Amino acid sequence: MEIFWYIIIAIILVMFFILDGYDFGTGIIHLFFAREEKDKEIIAKSAGLFWDSNEVWLVAGGGMLFMAFPTFYASVFSGFYLPLIMVLWLIIFRAIGLEFRSQFPYQMWKDIWDKAFGVSSLLLALFFGMALGNIVRGVNLGGVENGESLYEAHYFFLPLWDSSFSPLSDHPGVIDWFTLIIGLISVVVLAIHGANWVILKTNSSINKKLKTIIFRLNISLVILTIISLAAWKTINPDALDNFVQTPWLMVFPLIYFSGISGLFFIKKLKKDIYGFVLSTMLVLGGITASLASLFPVILPSTNSVNGPLTLFNTATEEYGLSVALGWGIVGFILLFVYMIIQKRLMAGKIDHMDYGH
Amino acid sequence: MEDLLLYDRLQFAFTITFHYIFPQLTMGLSLLIVFFKWRFLRNKKEEYNDAAKFFMKIFAVNFTMGVVTGIPMEFQFGTNWAKFSELTGGIIGQTLAMEGMFSFFLESSFLVLFIFGEKLMGQRLHLLTAFLVFLGSWASGYFILATNAWMQHPVGYEILDNGKFVLENFSSLFSNPWLIPAFLHNQMASVVTSSFVVAGIGAFYVLRNKNVEFGQLFLKTGVAFGLASSLLVAFPTGDWNAKNVAKYQPAAFAAMEGIFETEEAGAEIVLVGQPNMVEKKLDNKIAVPNILSFLTYQDWDTQIPGMDQFEEEELPDNISALYYSYHIMVGLGTIFIGVMSLAGFLLWRRKLHMTKAVLWSLMMLVPFPYIANITGWYVAELGRQPYLVYGLLKTSEGISPTVSAGNTLFTLLGFIGLYILLGLLFLVIVGKIINEGPKKLSH
Ligand code: HDD
Ligand code: HEM
Ligand code: HEM
Repeated sequence: MEIFWYIIIAIILVMFFILDGYDFGTGIIHLFFAREEKDKEIIAKSAGLFWDSNEVWLVAGGGMLFMAFPTFYASVFSGFYLPLIMVLWLIIFRAIGLEFRSQFPYQMWKDIWDKAFGVSSLLLALFFGMALGNIVRGVNLGGVENGESLYEAHYFFLPLWDSSFSPLSDHPGVIDWFTLIIGLISVVVLAIHGANWVILKTNSSINKKLKTIIFRLNISLVILTIISLAAWKTINPDALDNFVQTPWLMVFPLIYFSGISGLFFIKKLKKDIYGFVLSTMLVLGGITASLASLFPVILPSTNSVNGPLTLFNTATEEYGLSVALGWGIVGFILLFVYMIIQKRLMAGKIDHMDYGH
Repeated sequence: MEDLLLYDRLQFAFTITFHYIFPQLTMGLSLLIVFFKWRFLRNKKEEYNDAAKFFMKIFAVNFTMGVVTGIPMEFQFGTNWAKFSELTGGIIGQTLAMEGMFSFFLESSFLVLFIFGEKLMGQRLHLLTAFLVFLGSWASGYFILATNAWMQHPVGYEILDNGKFVLENFSSLFSNPWLIPAFLHNQMASVVTSSFVVAGIGAFYVLRNKNVEFGQLFLKTGVAFGLASSLLVAFPTGDWNAKNVAKYQPAAFAAMEGIFETEEAGAEIVLVGQPNMVEKKLDNKIAVPNILSFLTYQDWDTQIPGMDQFEEEELPDNISALYYSYHIMVGLGTIFIGVMSLAGFLLWRRKLHMTKAVLWSLMMLVPFPYIANITGWYVAELGRQPYLVYGLLKTSEGISPTVSAGNTLFTLLGFIGLYILLGLLFLVIVGKIINEGPKKLSH
């Protein structure tokens, strides 16, 4: 039962990063590459039309996590207090940037909200990547000092950084060189994903250029991925054991690597949607591969006093999980149905959609 | 520890108060939008369609604000109230997760379709999208109130040895006797807010002699809905809630009614008075004997326990704020009924659009339903103190064990700054939409 809920929540969160991920990516592309007002407008619109229904996956995922794994929810949300609240603020800026830019016709007004949208998207991509980095690296559960726990074994508190910036220190912070690498990977992946979305949904004048950009970003992604794997192996020598023991889990990293390989052919692809599918594979493969390498742990411990958090020691009891199954499945199907209806009705390029038309 | 608890409470109170400014309008307004759209399909007058689209524009801005301020609410359970989340997540996580799954999705997907899809879908489907937006926002109110109802009056749980609350009976979360009265009252109160907004904009147009045909339409609709909902909010729903508080939270009831000493027989109802916490009495009291007993128990002489009957630790910790919040809510409710009845009467005699004084009052009253709604929530939340889960878990036991007071103060200040900015932007944009008026939409 716990495993079932783990999978459901993982799917919801992966959906969030695929869907809202292209909004973040669109923001990054907007920030660095959109120059003409017309492009800025349609690129912002290609995210603006969808961000709120995409964000629902975050709300649903958060709610599900709260219900099924309350101990994990409580521990992680209070432990990452500062970065999480900052993510909330960034989410607010991102949303108002998108919603308010076209409310007034003044150039200065638009510039302000364009920057708000672009910068907060960039930082969100970075922060979410670092969050994944933190989960993979683990935290000092129980706040152990000299072999004594300061808190109950499933609580911790992370500072933003620790002066060594090293994942190997006794008190790693949220930001260290390892989580930064993962954060950068996330920025690059989502930028590629966003660029594909812009190509798919708009007729912006930079679509051609974006393909070249995707190609270049893809090269840096290969380099970053290799570095991150090496780094991970240094921090945690048995990081890849799960894949050795259960070889079929290799499908997840394979999805990721096929995405990368495919994207090298971005300029030859016949349809724009193929590019988008490939970058979706990057997001999907990247997250699921990380989760698979940890399974059944969901938050490793960096000390030897307290054991890691797993899906078994953080889940609520059986009855709650099983009644939620009934409505959960219905809700889950509805989520997909709404999404499909919406995406079908809004299919095609969005350049000319306007109020009341 | 003391400081930490204080900042945690202030941050929650501040962020939820700000959040609740928006959903109360969206929930009520979505009903009026469905009404306009439905009338348009019946009578084919373009005006009604424009009205629906105009208010959906205001709705959309409000909705964005509701979403961006709502996500911090969901996260704060974990960030600031980790112990509470850990202990009760197995129960309130159910209703909160259902809210995310069933309602927000409905609302946000169909809102986009309403705004961009009229030509695409045809009028009937367009009405359907408006209806689904309405359904989504009311469902979200329902689930969130189910969550709150469980904290006010916990049911269907079992407490394990390690202190965790686990769910024993799922359906009792929804048959909680606290839920239905609170939900109906809350929804009616949000219709009050939206009716005053609609009528207020109408009055503004008529007074400024601009978009007058829309002004008349908004006045008519706003006053009709406003009168009905103002009455319903007081009776039966407000009355029903009061009976619930008397029954399940007697200490809170004594405090909100300002009963310091238990009377021999029937309790009096306090109309005016200021709680004096030192001498434990009401200063400058004006009260009518026996009425409270009658209103609560339909019997003039039933004894109602006063605050002297409870231990100090069982009483809410901010009695004056609770007392004033309650009296402000009920006082405003009475004023709303009065003004809406008068406006309704004038509307019926076809004199409303000429009666300047009433138009001005309708316009100036727009902020007050917001105040009534927020003070109403203060009654509920302050009355629940000192418990987080009534009778079972103290508020002080629910905070995050590892977050320091300094961090919480920092984020509280951050939220205050950010929300002031948001509030200003919101006012500017809604002001612009109102000023442009509905005409612009129909090119
Ligand atoms: C326009 C807003 C408005 C108006 C005019 C009223 N209320 Fe109210 N009231 C609310 C808005 C509200 C609310 C914000 O919606 C609350 C908070 C919790 C809830 O379910 O509804 C509430 C709660 C609430 C409670 C429950 C407190 C608790 O949970 O501990 C009681 C006893 C009343 N109300 C009673 C009344 C009475 C007797 C009214 C007579 C006129 C009245 N309200 C008018
Ligand atoms: C319906 C869903 C709601 C839930 C689940 C909820 C839950 C909570 C929680 C967990 C706290 C912190 C603990 C505490 O201080 O008791 C709190 C406090 C508070 N809430 Fe609510 N709340 C809800 C709605 C509202 C609304 C709509 C308002 C106001 C508009 C509000 C006003 C407050 C205030 C003022 C406090 C601080 C009370 C105090 O600490 O003395 N709440 N609420
Ligand atoms: C502690 C209490 C609360 C929490 C945790 C909370 C949470 C949220 C969240 C996460 C959202 C954004 C959802 C999205 O992405 O679409 C939201 C919006 C919303 N909330 Fe709250 N909320 C609380 C209090 C309330 C209350 C008391 C009500 C009303 C009864 C309410 C009604 C709504 C509605 C209708 C929306 C949809 C957006 C809108 O229409 O403005 N919320 N809330």
